[in-house]
Amino acid sequence: MVVQFLDIAIGGLLTGGIYALIAVGFGLQYGVARVLNIAHGEFIMLGAYCTWTLFTSVGVTPLVSMLFCAPFFFAIGFVIYRIYYTPLRKSSESPAVFEGNSMLASFGLLFVVQNLALITWGSPVKGYSYLAFPIQLSGAVFSANRIVTLIASVFLGSAFYVFLLRTRIGKAIRAAAQDPGAAELMGVRINRVLALCFGFGVMMAALGGLLLSMTSIMLSPVMGMQYTLIAIIVVVLGGLGNIKGSFIGGFILGLVGYIVSSSQPGLSMVAYYVIFLILLLVRPTGLLGK
Amino acid sequence: MKSSMGKWFSPVILIVLLLLLVALPAYVPSEYTVILITNILMYVVLTLSWAIFSGPTGYISLAPAAFFGVGVYASAILSSDLPLPIVAPIGGAASFVLAYLVGSLTLRLRGMYFTMFTFGLVELVRNSLHWWEVNITGTVGRLIIAADNTTVFYAMVATFLAVLFASYLIRRSKFGLALRSIGESEEAAAHSGVNVNRVKVVMFAVSAFFMGATGATMSMRWTYIDPTLAFSIQYSFMPVLMAIFGGMGHLYAPVTGATIFSLLEEFLTTKFPYYYMLLFGLTMLVVILFMPYGLEGVIEKWRKKIKTGLRDGHETT
Amino acid sequence: MKLLEVAGLNKHFGGLAACTNVDFHVEQGEILGLIGPNGAGKTTIFNLISGALTPDSGAIAFKGRDIAGLKPHEITRMGIGRTFQSVKIFSKMSVFEHVLLGHHFGKAKPLKKKEAKEEAEGVLEFVELLKMKDSRAMDLILANQKRLEVARALATEPELLLLDEVMAGLNPTEVAQAMELAKRIRERGITILMIEHVMKAIMSICDRIIVLHHGEKIAEGVPENISKNKTVIEVYLGE
Repeated sequence: MVVQFLDIAIGGLLTGGIYALIAVGFGLQYGVARVLNIAHGEFIMLGAYCTWTLFTSVGVTPLVSMLFCAPFFFAIGFVIYRIYYTPLRKSSESPAVFEGNSMLASFGLLFVVQNLALITWGSPVKGYSYLAFPIQLSGAVFSANRIVTLIASVFLGSAFYVFLLRTRIGKAIRAAAQDPGAAELMGVRINRVLALCFGFGVMMAALGGLLLSMTSIMLSPVMGMQYTLIAIIVVVLGGLGNIKGSFIGGFILGLVGYIVSSSQPGLSMVAYYVIFLILLLVRPTGLLGK
Repeated sequence: MKSSMGKWFSPVILIVLLLLLVALPAYVPSEYTVILITNILMYVVLTLSWAIFSGPTGYISLAPAAFFGVGVYASAILSSDLPLPIVAPIGGAASFVLAYLVGSLTLRLRGMYFTMFTFGLVELVRNSLHWWEVNITGTVGRLIIAADNTTVFYAMVATFLAVLFASYLIRRSKFGLALRSIGESEEAAAHSGVNVNRVKVVMFAVSAFFMGATGATMSMRWTYIDPTLAFSIQYSFMPVLMAIFGGMGHLYAPVTGATIFSLLEEFLTTKFPYYYMLLFGLTMLVVILFMPYGLEGVIEKWRKKIKTGLRDGHETT
Repeated sequence: MKLLEVAGLNKHFGGLAACTNVDFHVEQGEILGLIGPNGAGKTTIFNLISGALTPDSGAIAFKGRDIAGLKPHEITRMGIGRTFQSVKIFSKMSVFEHVLLGHHFGKAKPLKKKEAKEEAEGVLEFVELLKMKDSRAMDLILANQKRLEVARALATEPELLLLDEVMAGLNPTEVAQAMELAKRIRERGITILMIEHVMKAIMSICDRIIVLHHGEKIAEGVPENISKNKTVIEVYLGE
């Protein structure tokens, strides 16, 4: 009985950790930078593919790849925001118009990134094996790589949380999330902060993808969308703009996904959607939202 | 002088074009052209349908692929027993019901939640159908009793005329006014007596009807379908791109945008399979940033400039 | 006859009490003024009456019928029209279309197309906007946009018209014109409840005045008495 419970709990956590990470990234992009980035999942996919390439061609292990991927994808996100979303924000008549436009633009970005991946890596699925040996935890058996991803996502999430709380940039981000106008008046360079947030968002997506690729799943250029949806649902579940909420929501959803997958594989997305629906009906502000 | 000529021009040209369209299979040399025009009509209908609701209200739906796919599946299930003229409306009706449900639940919320939900709808339906086929039906995918190209062509022409007519009527009716007022200020619209939720949900469902009918019709060109083929996010992206590129003010705008991009797709898809979608994605980015009112915006600006140029001595306030 | 009766009306947002135990009524045919410092809860009351908000407790009766909790479009069709503090016009729609919308949707019994058109023009003539009927709303000056809001509300054939700071932002000439318009609306038999800060207007055209402060009613009476009321003076001077 206890073994079953632990199995479920840990299994859920393993998936949930990655969900939480990608949700935090998405939340930064939507909550602060005000971009509903439906291409988010594509960067997750890119992170996974980059890791695969680094591992299979150059032999760099995923955990080491992080040191490259993190700054690389951060830079990509930062640059994309600077050269595209910043001018779009300036030319949009109102924040509401910008929200709509930036979402549509992300839709375009989705196809750009997805097809770049298709061109670069082709459509057949890929995968690699790393740290795939089993580990026993209280009677239940898990793959070592999954445990490593859990540790990694918790570490990354906490590191970011501390970053937000303690550093100057972190405080600027929190100010911009609360009230961009006021933050600007207080000297926060809004354009820079928003671009940073978008960069962090892409970075977390890529790191999430990196961790995902470690769990021996099959990579395909079209795998991104479902993760975008998961990120959306987790963010709504946890409450918009709430990092703790995204973490809690991520783990809850991971748990649900694990439980549903064990009994009915292929229905986890449906389960997530049911949760989404209930949320929208009953409490759109989420568990921890205002 | 010019404007009264203009009023004469449009209906006559339209009727001539429509007659040409209807008689197409008779004078065209190859099947290929018939198939091409059918494809163009498919995108035109999807784009016009999308524009019926999302154009005036500003609620951006990313669900066309879901409604299209529902139509495709309805057709797959019924095509062996019923003829196309019956299957198409049934496909439309199924999409209508789905849209009505989704709309009732999500249109009461902020636009972004609606968009998020519609984005995932495609995946949701695809996943559910796939699970159903694996676990309950036992076979993934279905064979379709295909119809010949000319039948499908005429079905698409009929659907096109229907959605064109519907768009025209809605725009000129009080519901067109209501839709636009909702897009500008829901609160003011409600206080002017508009039952905002009901109008939104019904119009969303109406637009879905035509998408479903299109899916049901087009599926007759495929011999085999499965959830992945039927529910592809591309069928959500293309109408949106075409409407954004073309514009949504006058009826000619989405039709023009759809025609241009279907032709582009037709031309590029064989030569540059992934590159053309890449190009389309980039086009979306460019249009959003540099052409917020689409091609129509550019055209209308020109027309205004020409008009004020001709009225040289006149002051307008 | 009491056209509108409000009893024990309460509404709070989080910790803020926007409206506490408010009682008042509006007599048919009168122009009732609703004044008070900013934040006093005036627009909240309008929102509660028009259906934009639901009260936490209390009753709102219009022509004897309880309307608390009904949706805005239902209340509009019953005969209450309103304008908004920050003008909510349909920027890209024409002046004529605004009024047409009100006609088609806001009336208890909508008219056929041709008669609707004639009536709409009639309303525009009444508010003196007929010449601009094809102009886009966003191209109008503020004073005319406010008239347009009034026209849109009038198109729904209201018996009670809620005017929310319809004179804010207008120059003295425009204020005088607005006052004229209010009087002509009353002459047509429409009862008016108006929120206003322009004291001259309130004092001269209102039959009675209600004063709110921090969500509570602190005074009620004819303009002469209100202007001499010690509490009211304190409240206004104290701000």
